[in-house]
Amino acid sequence: MSTTNPQSDAQPDDVPRRARSRRTRPTEGTPAAAARSRRLSKARRRVANVAGLMAALVLTGALYSTLAPAHADEVGAAGDPDYDAGQEIYENSCISCHGSNLEGVDGRGPSLIGVGGAAVYFQVHTGRMPLVRQGEQAADKPVVFSDEEIDQLVTYVQANGGGPAVPSDEVASSDGDLALGGELFRLNCASCHNFVGEGGALSSGKYAPSLHNADDLEIYTAMLSGPENMPVFGDNQLSPEEKRAIINYIQTVKEMPDPGGAGIGRTGPVAEGLVIWLVGMSALMFGIFWMGSKA
Amino acid sequence: MARTATAPGAPTTRLGKAAHEIDDRLIVAGPLRRTLNKVFPDHWSFLLGEIAMYAFIVLLLSGTYLTFFFDPSMREVTYEGSYAPLRGVEMSAAYDSALDLSFDVRGGLFMRQVHHWAALLFVAAIIVHLLRIFFTGAFRRPRETNWLIGVTLMVLALLEGATGYTLPDDLLSGTGLRIISAIILAIPVLGTWAHFAVFGGDFPGELIIGRFYIVHVLLIPAILLALIAVHLLILVKQKHTQFPGPGRTEHNVVGNRLFPTFAAKAGGLFFIVFGVIAALGGLVQINPIWLWGPYNPAQVSAASQPDWYIMFLDGSTRLFPAWDINLPGNYTIPALFWPTLVLPGILFTLLALYPMIERKLTGDTASHHLLQRPRDVPVRTSLGAMALTFYLLLIISGGNDVLADKFSISLNAMTWVGRLGLIVLPPLAYAFTYRVCLGLQKHDREVLEHGIETGVIRRLPHGEFIEVHQPLGPVDEHGHGQLAYGGAPVPKRMNQIGGARRAIRGFFTPIEEPAQVELEQQREERGVASAEARELTGSGRPSEGGKPQEPRD
Repeated sequence: MSTTNPQSDAQPDDVPRRARSRRTRPTEGTPAAAARSRRLSKARRRVANVAGLMAALVLTGALYSTLAPAHADEVGAAGDPDYDAGQEIYENSCISCHGSNLEGVDGRGPSLIGVGGAAVYFQVHTGRMPLVRQGEQAADKPVVFSDEEIDQLVTYVQANGGGPAVPSDEVASSDGDLALGGELFRLNCASCHNFVGEGGALSSGKYAPSLHNADDLEIYTAMLSGPENMPVFGDNQLSPEEKRAIINYIQTVKEMPDPGGAGIGRTGPVAEGLVIWLVGMSALMFGIFWMGSKA
Repeated sequence: MARTATAPGAPTTRLGKAAHEIDDRLIVAGPLRRTLNKVFPDHWSFLLGEIAMYAFIVLLLSGTYLTFFFDPSMREVTYEGSYAPLRGVEMSAAYDSALDLSFDVRGGLFMRQVHHWAALLFVAAIIVHLLRIFFTGAFRRPRETNWLIGVTLMVLALLEGATGYTLPDDLLSGTGLRIISAIILAIPVLGTWAHFAVFGGDFPGELIIGRFYIVHVLLIPAILLALIAVHLLILVKQKHTQFPGPGRTEHNVVGNRLFPTFAAKAGGLFFIVFGVIAALGGLVQINPIWLWGPYNPAQVSAASQPDWYIMFLDGSTRLFPAWDINLPGNYTIPALFWPTLVLPGILFTLLALYPMIERKLTGDTASHHLLQRPRDVPVRTSLGAMALTFYLLLIISGGNDVLADKFSISLNAMTWVGRLGLIVLPPLAYAFTYRVCLGLQKHDREVLEHGIETGVIRRLPHGEFIEVHQPLGPVDEHGHGQLAYGGAPVPKRMNQIGGARRAIRGFFTPIEEPAQVELEQQREERGVASAEARELTGSGRPSEGGKPQEPRD
């Protein structure tokens, strides 16, 4: 139990502590003195607790800022030309749904504080943002902004609240272990994106998109930011090496030719059932019509 | 040559003599002659069952090849074959050998694909064959036995397909196996024990692939083969049904003899079936197990479906509400029990008993060898349309997530369309089909009474316009035909009764000169079309030749 919790004084485990204090100060026998000393020690404890907490917080923050993969140099500020350009784009194209201070607008768009540059990169680079219309889900479409403009937007949003940043090209490459990537893909991704990333339906018009058009960095930032209905796969769930393995698997299988002939969508029995009826059975019906008419 | 030494009619050629020698010993000439003289009706729909049989032969041949290389074992191995994305992955020996079949065995992938396409075609042909039997009333007395055998064959084909689907032990088939296991567990009272009996323990255990393998390659094929033999023997014994038509009665069969015409046709059809399956096997990828990955109970993919013939059960499962029945004593009947066991139980029982049900309802216990046109039995046809609608909706719902994804429809909407559709659409299909049947019946009667519409409009002297009708037979004083409907197709177009010039021969390109045909037609007066009628109908109308025609005498 945390000692910083002021409520904890009311807990019954105070009793032995009180007993101890009586034992250590036998001369202060009067109840008032005992009460005063109790109050004093309580106040002291509180101060100590608060100070300890503050120290721990400061220490944690300091440790975090030095040890965590921080991108302090990337975080721009007003005056940085990238930041200003990003702010201008934001105010032209994003502000109506995400609010003038990235705080989000009820019923239109979520807050962007803390979503990080990875989310911005994924949403804008796949053309999902700016949104065409409100709906179940943003569809990918031709990208609106240039790569430079996207970088500026990333800088702007990253600077306002931080969050998962866009990884470098070396980090988000596709040079991982292929077999491991396959296993991880089937374990983490296939339940929505289908066996090899063909995509699949989710509830109420939502869907997991096909991964056909996704490039390495888009897949990586999607895992980092968890867009739409996708869960976040932070570096604690899937290490950067594992993410690279998954990207390698997706990109390799995507480029792989189908050794068995026409791939018919690689979705399995539904397409196969259509083919056997529309092609196989139809051809044979035609065949027996022909034989019947020649009888 | 000592011609006088041979008896009259004795064979003179070497082949004939050899045949004579064989017949002397085995006495087969009589039965063989009878068999070769057996007459098959020539309607195209009688070839549907044959498609199924030829697909079964392809299945036996390709399946035998696959058994040479497949290892039905759940032993854990590490893949070291030529498919790079799985190298080093742990998997069962079954999946490993299925991958080897696909990538490292000569012709293995082709054979696998031929086998799988043939399986899909086998069931598809069975169902089309069943529909033909149903809608034409071919199951009526005395053919109820063969109907029952046919339904059994179909159910066995489904089981055969489901066990075969499971064998490669990939992620897709393993997901199917998990569902099979869940269905077995859902049986009230018996479920757990049945599951332990089938799987030899909890799911998945280490036995199930081996058990399904022997069921798939020995048990069911042997029963299928035996039942197909009985099916055909009964067919030969009872003789074929046939559509009504000129010269066709309850006591004869009009068509072609087994040898040579029907044998040539059947042989040709076998090669067509073989060709279509081989083309699919070579050109269209089916069940790419290397993409699915090895089975791992912790993994599952979106859009995991059974093959199309089991999809109706997946559909019923997706549509059925999650109504678990909790009984006192910590006992549950899971919702899965109803759509996967009760529903198919009802469906197949109704299907199997349909001949008896219809016999009971109509009181028709006579023997029938002439088929009925579906329009002439509107209730049966409409019942069939109703059942088909129900079945199709279940199949579509079995793939509703893929359809929802590909056509950007809400999956929830698909589910509710399926649920409501199952209740609303079959009765609508019944009513619609019933009206269509009555309409077609009425039109047949109308043509018999008033003749064929020629499309020629005449203006009478007093200004009235009439369409000229060509009567099909003698007419009474009012111009009404007196032919009765005989259950056979009624000609509806002038060229079906020789009104237009006959079709130019040739399938893809004409093999005769159209001008020559016209000359030949002008030389001879043909059929009921008098010179005037030909002049009336022939003016300005393009020839409609070349289309398949209704059966004529």
